[in-house]
Amino acid sequence: MTASNNLTHEGAPTMAGATYNFAYLDEQTKRMIRRAILKAIAIPGYQVPFASREMPMPYGWGTGGVQVTASIIGPDDVLKVIDQGADDTTNAVSIRAFFQKVANVAVTTRTHEATIIQTRHRIPETPLKSGQVLVYQVPIPEPLRFLEPRETETRTMHALEEYGLMHVKLYEDIARHGYIAKTYAYPVKVEDRYVMDPSPIPKFDNPKMHMSEALQLFGAGREKRIYAIPPHTKVVSLDFEDHPFEVQKFSEPCAICGSRGIYLDEVILDDRGGHMFVCSDTDFCEEQRNEH
Amino acid sequence: MNIDDDAPLLTVNGVGKRYGNRIGCADVSFDLWPGEVLAIVGESGSGKTTLLNCLSTRLEPDAGSICYRTRGGEMRDVYQMREAERRFLMRTDWGFVHQNPADGLRMTVSAGANVGERLMAVGERHYGDIRGKAIDWLGRVEIASDRVDDQPRAFSGGMRQRLQIARNLVTHPRLVFMDEPTGGLDVSVQARLLDLLRSLVAELGLSAIVVTHDLAVARLISHRMMVMKDGRVIEHGLTDRVLDDPHAPYTQLLVSSILQV
Amino acid sequence: MTSPLVVTGLSKSFTMHLQDGVELPVVQGVTFTLEAGRCAVLGGPSGAGKSSILKMVYGNYSVDRGSIMVAHRGQFVDVATATPRVVLGVRRDTIGYVSQFLRVVPRVSALDVVAEPLISRGEDASAARPRAQEMLARLNLPERLWLLPPATFSGGEQQRVNIARGFITDHPILLLDEPTASLDVNNRQVVINLIAEKKAAGVAMLGIFHDHDVRDAVADSILDVTSFAAGKVAA
Repeated sequence: MTASNNLTHEGAPTMAGATYNFAYLDEQTKRMIRRAILKAIAIPGYQVPFASREMPMPYGWGTGGVQVTASIIGPDDVLKVIDQGADDTTNAVSIRAFFQKVANVAVTTRTHEATIIQTRHRIPETPLKSGQVLVYQVPIPEPLRFLEPRETETRTMHALEEYGLMHVKLYEDIARHGYIAKTYAYPVKVEDRYVMDPSPIPKFDNPKMHMSEALQLFGAGREKRIYAIPPHTKVVSLDFEDHPFEVQKFSEPCAICGSRGIYLDEVILDDRGGHMFVCSDTDFCEEQRNEH
Repeated sequence: MNIDDDAPLLTVNGVGKRYGNRIGCADVSFDLWPGEVLAIVGESGSGKTTLLNCLSTRLEPDAGSICYRTRGGEMRDVYQMREAERRFLMRTDWGFVHQNPADGLRMTVSAGANVGERLMAVGERHYGDIRGKAIDWLGRVEIASDRVDDQPRAFSGGMRQRLQIARNLVTHPRLVFMDEPTGGLDVSVQARLLDLLRSLVAELGLSAIVVTHDLAVARLISHRMMVMKDGRVIEHGLTDRVLDDPHAPYTQLLVSSILQV
Repeated sequence: MTSPLVVTGLSKSFTMHLQDGVELPVVQGVTFTLEAGRCAVLGGPSGAGKSSILKMVYGNYSVDRGSIMVAHRGQFVDVATATPRVVLGVRRDTIGYVSQFLRVVPRVSALDVVAEPLISRGEDASAARPRAQEMLARLNLPERLWLLPPATFSGGEQQRVNIARGFITDHPILLLDEPTASLDVNNRQVVINLIAEKKAAGVAMLGIFHDHDVRDAVADSILDVTSFAAGKVAA
């Protein structure tokens, strides 16, 4: 992660007619983003604005996460990219290929081997370790947005810690459904201060953010915001005393590896209602099968 | 009203607001005591809404001071408070009832959440309690409890206005600002709302500042009245004194222009 | 004997700004004293300013000159110059007013209209309501009307509600603005009795009665308002 004055990194590949800086972004941009990241780490859960760049992919495909990864990645890093828990979906494959091409780094699908894991919508089942960085792709960073459309107002609300509105949203859920029906992007309070949108991960993953040994970074490219949860930080999901936060429970084990207590995806098998539940985390599933 | 309470709740001194060369309001001074209802009357453009916005910290005046006695008994200049304190005051100790209920309600969340929002804002975290209080307050403003989960979009104008009042009163504020609270309602709906306001104000010992152009409203709910014209207070006194023995030419015109108050 | 109300040199005129600022003199130099336990009656023809004097004493009309000293909470205050807040206090604790006409408040029952002055003086609703019932019963208001708002009542019924409301409190000073007009003989007698009871309780009263029988029955003294006619000196 040391910035060099020599703008072209030695490991950068050259292509016919075009030369990329290491990890695609120029060093000035990386510095700018690193400053934003440092500020975000210093104020856990606070959304730091940054000058998001145009990336060679459309918004909504992880431009925020990619810029964060590009700014922190070094030649010795090992990168893993997942999309909904899987290493082999389009988004994951193309981002992994992108960094292979522009940074020439080692890649892996193994959670425990990776130093940087960029993710869309999941936290790996294997507990993260000290030294690892989890980079989230974030579509809408502002947890208050759907109730308060004015950016000036939401900023003031964060500044003054006026978070009653978050509970209005949860109240509505209970009033309508009898329980808090929100299953993903479930709001959390970080270190007793900032309310934060954890990106659209299932609420099943929320407890993994709490006191995690890994550094967690969040990048929203279109919305131009970066925020962070440093290692060993308190992360509490919002709830009511008489409607406490609960994670999803699955009655069946994974149909492939037989694991329980992990997050499962429903896979439709045919047109006649046939389906099965399998691990959302493909790497975890594979490891479980190898062990048996 | 609590006559024995000896210190004013609000002390307004020389408040003025200009819009460029035009006067919004100028040189307004008065005291408001606990339990008192003050009506500000005048025609459109007389500066009554500008004054109300200045008083309620929604529009910073360019002259004068507005001091409020906090629950701790301290007189504080509301514009010298930190923003956090001021906003906290606005959603706990104060209320603001808008003429158009849509400006004061969240139209896309349920009536119960509209009433419960202030409770959640001050840290209440028990769903059952919040809902119970919301239903209680809906009852006090005569909205049936089976409407608690309906959105105000499905409510009539009068119901919306009553919901807005419940939403403001749930934290037991000491001072409520109202901007034409009965404007835009049918006469019969108005009468019901006025009666409700009158009894709630008396029951809770609220202080209120009510902007209205309707002298009948002022007569029914206020103790004192200020008549404004061209941004200035031209007459100020007991409501029945101002209405029965108006002095200023403009007040006489106002009183003689109404059918029967 | 102490005088709960001392009026000195009271003058009042109306300026009609809508009629080119015409000055309409009402009274001048009004001077009198009320004694506890006695009823003074204002005499004089219509338009002499009797009602205006009552309204000035109550703070409902402003005063051009003069003073209205009222024994209020152990000290004298001048209603002519007092702040609205003080006048409201005087009305709550010291001066009651029985007007001719009830100002009807929508949706409030007759019983609550009558009990309201007691409740606003800090009495419990549970104690105030039976007293209101007693008062309405004395004034022969049919019980079926008690829980209805008086808006639809006849003039006489509304008036009796208002009399009940005026007499229910124990204000040391009571202003009576033709309380018996349009009442039948029975109810007139009830009001005469009520006034007698107030006297016995030491209440000082100032009243206007057009009915000679009632006036003769209640008046301890007559104040001739024509002697305060405005313009008399100037003319």
